[in-house]
Amino acid sequence: MSSAAFYLISAIILGGALAMITSRSLVRSVIWMVVSFVGVGALFLLLEAEFIAAVQILVYAGGIVVLFLFVVMLVNLDELQRVEYLHRQWLPAVLLICLLLAELGFMMWAGAGDTVVPLPDQDQLDAVLRSVRGGNVETIGMTLYTDYILPFEVVSVLLLVAMIGAIYLAKERV
Amino acid sequence: MDGVGLNHYLLLSATLFAIGAIGVLVRRNVILVLMSLELMFNAANINLVAVSYFRPDLTGQIFSIFTITVAAAEITVGLGLVIALFRNKEAINVDEFNLLKG
Repeated sequence: MSSAAFYLISAIILGGALAMITSRSLVRSVIWMVVSFVGVGALFLLLEAEFIAAVQILVYAGGIVVLFLFVVMLVNLDELQRVEYLHRQWLPAVLLICLLLAELGFMMWAGAGDTVVPLPDQDQLDAVLRSVRGGNVETIGMTLYTDYILPFEVVSVLLLVAMIGAIYLAKERV
Repeated sequence: MDGVGLNHYLLLSATLFAIGAIGVLVRRNVILVLMSLELMFNAANINLVAVSYFRPDLTGQIFSIFTITVAAAEITVGLGLVIALFRNKEAINVDEFNLLKG
């Protein structure tokens, strides 16, 4: 049952990604990107990471996609039509990436014989992922605000810097 | 989870990463290059959350939150750059941005 869900979600993710990079229309690419991102969110639900799944949907399928659509609307569509579809050296690039994928896949399947990671049982999972009041969100919040408070603050400053930088870069007159 | 182990998740993540890398290298539209970059970030997140499930250990999920934040910051600055470039050069083809070429 669960493995059928995994294969269905994988098909959605990879199909969305492939359709995204092959589509000629940029708006259609953005829509396929939403499909792929929602699939990744569903995969996180399958992996019992409810909070990350919600963040994935909110930040990626919500925020980043809207940002991309804004930029697609800002640059005019006549310009988009004139862009050549593929890079001149697309064939060597695709071959090299296929080689990389073959290497990664070989390593994973060859290593699978020696070190099979056992499936965690539900009690063990609940004890780690839902230790605070039986909820994943509570547990992540508690860990984030106690053990990881310094990285949390640093990353919020990073977000602020990125925001100021983006406003400065996109300003009319600098 | 009957037949699906950690290897399946890692292989799915590697495939998604490869598709994203093909998008970055092959397409000439700078906006699509940035979108493919997001696919590669997503592949990294799948790895983190999958390992966090199979260990089991919460650190992977915490780390993926930081990854998502960094991806959001990166894409904000990237799209700001795209707008600035489009205003100055009227182009979104990656090959036309060659001001720094010697």
